[in-house]
Amino acid sequence: MAEIRLAQLAHSYQDNPSAPEDYALRRMEHVWEQGGAYALLGPSGCGKSTLLNIMSGLLAPSEGEVLFDGKAVNALSPQQRNIAQVFQFPVVYDTMTVFDNLAFPLRNQGQPKATVEARVREVAAALEIEPLLTRKARNLTADEKQKVSMGRGLVRDDVAAILFDEPLTVIDPQLKWRLRRKLKEIHQRFNVTMVYVTHDQLEAATFADKIAVMYGGQIVQFGTPRELFETPRHTFVGYFIGSPGMNLLDLEIVAGRAHCHGLELALPEAWHARLAAQEGARLQLGIRPEFVELVPADEATLTGRVDLIQDQGSFKIVDVALTADPAQLIKVRVDEYKSLGEETVGLHLPEAWMRFYANDLLLEISDEAV
Amino acid sequence: MKPYNNKAWWLVLPVFVLVAFSAIIPMMTVVNYSVQDIFDPSTRYFVGTEWYREILSDPRLHDSLVRQFIYSFCVLAIEIPLGIIVALSMPRRGLGVPVSLILLALPLLVPWNVVGTIWQIIGREDIGLYGSLLNGLGIDYNYASSPRDAWITVLIMDVWHWTSLVALLCYSGLRSIPDVYYQAARIDRASAWAVFRYIQLPKLKNVLLIAVMLRFMDSFMIYTEPFVLTGGGPGTATTFLSQTLTQMALGQFDLGRAAAFSLIYFLIILLVTWVFYTAMTHNDDKG
Repeated sequence: MAEIRLAQLAHSYQDNPSAPEDYALRRMEHVWEQGGAYALLGPSGCGKSTLLNIMSGLLAPSEGEVLFDGKAVNALSPQQRNIAQVFQFPVVYDTMTVFDNLAFPLRNQGQPKATVEARVREVAAALEIEPLLTRKARNLTADEKQKVSMGRGLVRDDVAAILFDEPLTVIDPQLKWRLRRKLKEIHQRFNVTMVYVTHDQLEAATFADKIAVMYGGQIVQFGTPRELFETPRHTFVGYFIGSPGMNLLDLEIVAGRAHCHGLELALPEAWHARLAAQEGARLQLGIRPEFVELVPADEATLTGRVDLIQDQGSFKIVDVALTADPAQLIKVRVDEYKSLGEETVGLHLPEAWMRFYANDLLLEISDEAV
Repeated sequence: MKPYNNKAWWLVLPVFVLVAFSAIIPMMTVVNYSVQDIFDPSTRYFVGTEWYREILSDPRLHDSLVRQFIYSFCVLAIEIPLGIIVALSMPRRGLGVPVSLILLALPLLVPWNVVGTIWQIIGREDIGLYGSLLNGLGIDYNYASSPRDAWITVLIMDVWHWTSLVALLCYSGLRSIPDVYYQAARIDRASAWAVFRYIQLPKLKNVLLIAVMLRFMDSFMIYTEPFVLTGGGPGTATTFLSQTLTQMALGQFDLGRAAAFSLIYFLIILLVTWVFYTAMTHNDDKG
C-alpha cells in the first residue's frame, strides 16, 4: 500500500535525447494516491506502457525519480518494490495447474501453506475461476488464462500497487464488462492502489475514479470522467474523450473581437478581451456535439447544411457543413426520433458549454471577470 | 456425373517414385534377404525366421547392443544438459549473437571422418595436444591401448561435434519466449531456478524433443568416428552396432544374417524413438 509519486520523471529510449520529440515520456510531476483506482488513458504509442513499466521497475527512467511513500525506489527491482502487474496478453505458467499459478507469487514469498490456500481460494472465487483450479493452465482458453494472470496480480495482499496494462484486450465484450466490475469490487475490498492502462475511454471511465489522459509522452489532464468530458484541459482530451469527440472551430481576432468563420461570437466582454490578449496563438473554440443545439435556420446566426446523418441506434450524429465554410463540419448529437433531410439548419452554441483553447491549452477566466 | 480430372496423379508420381527407390524397394530387398540363405545369385534357400532366431541369441549382438545403449545414453546425458547450459549463456542481443552462432555452427560443418581424424591426432599421447598434455600432467591416457580411453575419446568427439546442434536448437527455442514472461516472473518474485523450471524448460520442450530424437538416432547409428579412431578397438571396446553390422555384411558377406540384423536394428531405433516421443508428449492433453 503506497502513494506513488513521479518526480521530474522523463524517459527516452535514445542515448542522448536533445529535442522534446526524443522523449517517450516528457518531464512530468504526478501523484497516484494510496488506495485510488486510476486509469491511464491514451492512444497507442503515447507512452502509457512506458510509464507503467517505469513504475513497476521493469524499466529504469532516464531522468527523475519514482517515490513510494516518499522513498525513492529507482534502484529497486520489481520484486523489492512489491508491485503486481498484469500484462496485455495472458502470461501463465503452462505446466502448473491454475491453483499453482495463483499460489506461485505467494510461495515465492515463503507464505505459510494455510495462507496460500486461503488467498488462492478467495481470489479464485472473486474471479469466478474456482472450477478451473485443478486444471493445467496450458489448456485454458484465452479469457481464462487472462483471468489467471489477473489472479496472480491480485493474490498478494501486501503489494504497493497493482498495475494493469490493457488487461482486457483479449477478452470478449460481455465478459469485459463483468471483469471490470469485479476489479472494481476487489479494489473496494482490498483498498489497494490500482493503475489501469487502456486506450478505451469507456473502460477507463467504468473502472477509474480519476483518469490521467496521456498524449505525446505527457499527462495532459488528470481528472474525473466528468471533468474530462465537460472541461477538457487540452484539445486532445476534447477530441479523444467522447464519441464523437469535441467540435473544434478556429477563431480569429478581428478588431479585438473573437470571430468564428466571419461571425462575431456572442460573448461577454471579458472573454473577448481574454481571447484578444492571446492574439498570435492558435485560438480554437471547442464544444461537445451533445451541447450543440439545432434551431430553425432563420433564428440563428450560425447556419449550415446537413451533410451526413449517422444513426447510432438510440441517437443520431449529424454532420453540419457551415454555410460560411463548407469544409468545416460540426457534429451535432440529436434525438433518434428527430427527422432531418438535406436541409439548411441553424446552430446554437450555448455559452456555458463553449471552451476556448490557445495553442491547444484551455483558456480560463475567473467568474468575477465575467 | 461430373468427370474427374486425374492429372494430379502425375504431379505426385515423382514423389512416389523417389520414395520407392530411396526407401521402400531397398527395405523390401533387405526383408527378402533376411529370410533366405544366399550362396550366389542362383543358389538361394528360403530359411524362414532362422536368421532372426540366430541373431537374437548372438552374443556379439548382445554385447554391441549393450555398448550402444550405454554410449547413446551417455551422449544424451551430456549433450542435452550441456546444450541447454550453452544456449542459456549465449548473448541475447548485440554483436555477440552472430559471433556465437557462427562459432557454434562450425563443428557442425566438419564431416564425420574429419572429426575422427582430428581427434585421432589431438588425442595421440606423443604429439597430440590433449594426449600429450594429459600424459604430461601425469594422467595415463592412451586411446590405442586402453579400452576405457578409446571409449571416452569417442564420446568426447561426439560431444564436441554435436553439442552445438542441441545448443542452437535450444537457443532458437529460448529466443521465441516473449520478454513479458520474464517480466511476469520478476513481478512474481520467481527465482532464477523457477524461471528455468517453469518458463524456459516448458517452452523448450518441443525443441528438446527434436534434439533428443536426433541425437539418439544419430548416436545409435555412429560408425565413422570410432572406425577412423581405432577401427572399433582396442578389442571391441568401441565396436558399436553399425560396425558389427558392416563387418557381418561386407566383411563376411553374410547377407541373410546381416539383413535380419539390420531389420532388428531398425526396429530398436523406431521403438526407442517412439518411447521418447510418447514419454515427452503424453502430458500435453491432460488436465
